[in-house]
Amino acid sequence: MKTYYNPEDLKKFGSIGDLQKSMADKFFAYYAEVFKEGALSAREKSLIALAVAHALQCPYCIDAYTTDTLEKGCDEEQMMEAVHVAAAIRGGASLVHSTQMMNKIKEISM
Amino acid sequence: MKSLKAQLHTLADPEEELAVLEERHPGGADNNFKNHLDRIGLFPLLPTQLEIFQINMGKMCNQVCKHCHVDAGPDRKEIMTRETMQLCLDVIKKEPFLNCVDLTGGAPEMNPDFRWFVDSIRLIRPDIKIIVRCNLTIILANPKFNDLPDFFKKNSVEVVSSLPYFSAMKTDAQRGDGVFEKSIKALKLLNQVGYGMEGSGLVLNLVYNPSGAFLPGSQSELEGEFRKKLRDRFEVEFNSLFTITNIPISRFLEYLLRSENFENYMEKLLSSFNPVAATGVMCRNTISIGWDGYLYDCDFNQMLDLKVNTTHSTHLSNWDSSALADRSIVINNHCFGCTAGAGSSCGGATS
Repeated sequence: MKTYYNPEDLKKFGSIGDLQKSMADKFFAYYAEVFKEGALSAREKSLIALAVAHALQCPYCIDAYTTDTLEKGCDEEQMMEAVHVAAAIRGGASLVHSTQMMNKIKEISM
Repeated sequence: MKSLKAQLHTLADPEEELAVLEERHPGGADNNFKNHLDRIGLFPLLPTQLEIFQINMGKMCNQVCKHCHVDAGPDRKEIMTRETMQLCLDVIKKEPFLNCVDLTGGAPEMNPDFRWFVDSIRLIRPDIKIIVRCNLTIILANPKFNDLPDFFKKNSVEVVSSLPYFSAMKTDAQRGDGVFEKSIKALKLLNQVGYGMEGSGLVLNLVYNPSGAFLPGSQSELEGEFRKKLRDRFEVEFNSLFTITNIPISRFLEYLLRSENFENYMEKLLSSFNPVAATGVMCRNTISIGWDGYLYDCDFNQMLDLKVNTTHSTHLSNWDSSALADRSIVINNHCFGCTAGAGSSCGGATS
């Protein structure tokens, strides 16, 4: 193994079932169900997936959902705004924890 | 930007394009289009009832779109003569099963005999559907074209226009600087005479094709998105949106190779091969006519110089409907573009 991430590996996602078929089948069935048009449109779900892909920093998911959002008619501005949503939540998650820090400061300061 | 032909680019030569499509095809010959059709019992691909007469009136165009499969542009001078148009009229007149004449190009309106031709078709076949594939900007390109919406209306022409996106950035990236703004102005002019407006009977359809190496998404979802955005932002109305997959030939093939997307794009087309879409490909009920009167199975085959597979009916001057009905359709690996996902045709998705 010369690299941890190889774009060709994304095409092999389906082969995870080679080692554990029933769980993989259930996972992919669930995955397909999740991304179907429902109360949210397939387009909205794809943008959420793009944002989550960035929050998780998964290169496979970023590759897949950049293509998928473009195919679903999203433009670059919408896609970047979705990434900012991920960044804002990630940044906010750090910052909101500063309330714990501030609590602790109060607790142990004179 | 110049056409590939004016650049003396190797991909301006159909033989070169076909060589790329064969030699660099993922999976090689075992994975080619013929074998895919064979596996679903559709080879040889045979025509159904001929209904659509698609006439390419020439390669001359006021735009130079980056994905153009015709390699059209202002530097292309090949356009149909009135004599060849007369041969088209002879066929349209004598073949009653033809129910649609689809005029494309280039910009068909730039042909000096365009209006004569449309008037003549309407005269000999008052009820036939006439489609003009109008690039929109031509309406504003010169004062002599400003009255095209009225001309279309007079002849009950159905207008089909490309608009790759509802924002300037993506549209201009594909079709040239300023094209989006002019397209919106032209759409408003068409709306003003009734095109795309409810109850007018005047049909204005839009064509969406992806601005890059990816496939179009759901036609109905994109149509909804386009309708909302065009209405809210620009007060523009239209009837239907057709999603069309970019076929890997000509300028789009050049882009795929230059951007190193060719193999991935072909793999995507292959993995999305849809037998239902293959059954409904438009070449089965269409004959495509070149600017010089030669006959093809579709506009893409025309650009690859793949003429219809008949012994004596390859030109309008030798039109033989029985021979054409008995032909097998010429296929190659570019055909994967029409069978991927929900399928693709000049009328949008096919499944």
